[in-house]
Amino acid sequence: MSSRLIINDVTLRDGMHAVAHQYSLEQMQAIARKLDEAGIPIIEVTHGDGLSGSSFNYGFPAHSDLEYIRAVKEVVMQAKVAALLLPGIGTIEEMKEAHKAGVDTIRVATHCTEANIAAQHIETARDMGFDTVGFLMMAHMIPTPQLLEQAKLIESYGAQCVYITDSAGALLMDETRERVRAFKNELGCEVGFHNHNNLGLGVANTVIAVEEGADRVDASLAGMGAGAGNCPLEVLVAVLQRMEIETEVELYPLIDGADQIVRPLQQRPVQTDGNALMLGYAGVYSSFLLHTERASKRFGVDSRDVLIELGRRKMVGGQEDMIVDVALDLLKQETSAEAD
Amino acid sequence: MPMNCAIIGSGNIGTDLMIKILRLSEELEVKMLVGIDPESDGLARAGRMGVETTHKGIDGLVNSPLFEGIDILFDATSAKAHLHHAPILKEHGKRSIDLTPAAVGPYVVPVANLTEHLDAPNVNMVTCGGQATIPILWAVSCVAPVIYGEIVASIASKSAGPGTRANIDEFTETTARGIEEIGGARKGNAIIILNPAEPPLIMRDTVYAFCENGDEKEITESIDETVARVAEYVPGYRVLKDPIFDEQKIAMPDFGEYHGLKVTCLLEVEGAGHYLPKYAGNLDIMTSAALQVGEVMARYMQKEVVDN
Repeated sequence: MSSRLIINDVTLRDGMHAVAHQYSLEQMQAIARKLDEAGIPIIEVTHGDGLSGSSFNYGFPAHSDLEYIRAVKEVVMQAKVAALLLPGIGTIEEMKEAHKAGVDTIRVATHCTEANIAAQHIETARDMGFDTVGFLMMAHMIPTPQLLEQAKLIESYGAQCVYITDSAGALLMDETRERVRAFKNELGCEVGFHNHNNLGLGVANTVIAVEEGADRVDASLAGMGAGAGNCPLEVLVAVLQRMEIETEVELYPLIDGADQIVRPLQQRPVQTDGNALMLGYAGVYSSFLLHTERASKRFGVDSRDVLIELGRRKMVGGQEDMIVDVALDLLKQETSAEAD
Repeated sequence: MPMNCAIIGSGNIGTDLMIKILRLSEELEVKMLVGIDPESDGLARAGRMGVETTHKGIDGLVNSPLFEGIDILFDATSAKAHLHHAPILKEHGKRSIDLTPAAVGPYVVPVANLTEHLDAPNVNMVTCGGQATIPILWAVSCVAPVIYGEIVASIASKSAGPGTRANIDEFTETTARGIEEIGGARKGNAIIILNPAEPPLIMRDTVYAFCENGDEKEITESIDETVARVAEYVPGYRVLKDPIFDEQKIAMPDFGEYHGLKVTCLLEVEGAGHYLPKYAGNLDIMTSAALQVGEVMARYMQKEVVDN
């Protein structure tokens, strides 16, 4: 087991998906204060799709990344602030601005087979003095040996930590164990784990990652995140305390934050309901959930069929535009079937 | 009499362009393919097709007896290499059609603005995503004021070469600028996604144009007409669905709140399968658009010669 487990909160980044990127600055500050008070070491603050995610495709946020980052920096005493960046969406330019605004940790995310599009960003981030993390998304889509090859690339660019990112919440327990174990055996840098609760394995898989020696794990208050949400932070901390694993994090402020601040903000409950379950079942990027529900309503097709078809077409993170495309194809099929 | 051209860069793009010119062009004759790797498949292919080659890069080209007779140079190397080539070519009075993101000369998307730049000594082909999506934004701009234009380009992982991968920010930044400068949007935004699915997926592009106001019928007609014109030089270019219209309010941090009409257009670009596989529509649209620029420029230059 590693020296001290680092918990990276994602309530203010992945959680943005659950509110269609509409947190107010005050809400972000209130959540950040609780996390900081509890002793959470890293708090990620960005549009759900990372720096510069503001778009039709992913949703326009209530405030810019820099406004959110500055607001959170103002209220945290001990926590480091992280930002997410997806090459292809955000650029090094925005990474530099985030650095100026006081971001300490940059997490550079790519689809699990495309690590080399992040080389420039990771190298530049290290030169700038960031705590630099590589984030291999949709890690369920390729076998462990291939995932490990990509992780070695990320490490070779200079990242201090490589994440196994289960963006679809589709990894089973053995699959999680195998991946973390291989990373710990073969990499010199830290290993991280991020997941979604779509198959109800949010806490279980995160605990497995910790058992296998993960150095960093992601979680969010009340699981606030895309799809069925992330590993719920307060539950994870309670379990880790029962397991006598030292996190130096206090439980009560997290429970208060989850119950009193975060849960009341959920316009749509963040839980493993039918559509969220389908994400994990079909292996679909979790942030497709709300976009799919909107397209389903607009075009009158079953959201479960849309999600299954997106999985069948092997769509990856960021391809939200294909949801409308699939919905229209299904509508056309239904219409022609009726005509027959 | 066709005009003489040469291609610098014997990688996928340069080789595909060479084959396109040999097979399709009436206005251009390829005199030379310029590479730096004597072992490259592109140079070997050129040799078999009867095209002269050099593996000594720009120096090999300039020192070749063929150089004097060459009018137009296509540069399919890298931004960095083109910054080195551009002044040399200009000094020798050659025209450059630049397929790299160097942007030494003005951006050109044939259907939209080629006629404005026929005298330019150096023109730039923006990006693959730009060639695919800017025509749609331009088509909307022709009939309605576009406040904001956004595009999502999805390409097969196998079609993204090392140059694109090492410098993916160049794609988003250059495409966004092209959306503004040629597409006519007050603000542009570009996103690129690499998808590793097998068999590889054909290039897909989604264009969002947000207009102050606009007539749905006029916009649809303008898009249809433009797509047909692009398809004349990129045969695999097509819209997959009718444009989707949403009247809505948007609020963008740092840009403002607007009420208007959102137009969503879903496109596909299938390659011709000359040197590159058909799914690589992103590469095909670059070489096809560059060929179109070369053809029109060659016709224009010949007319100039005759007029003088």
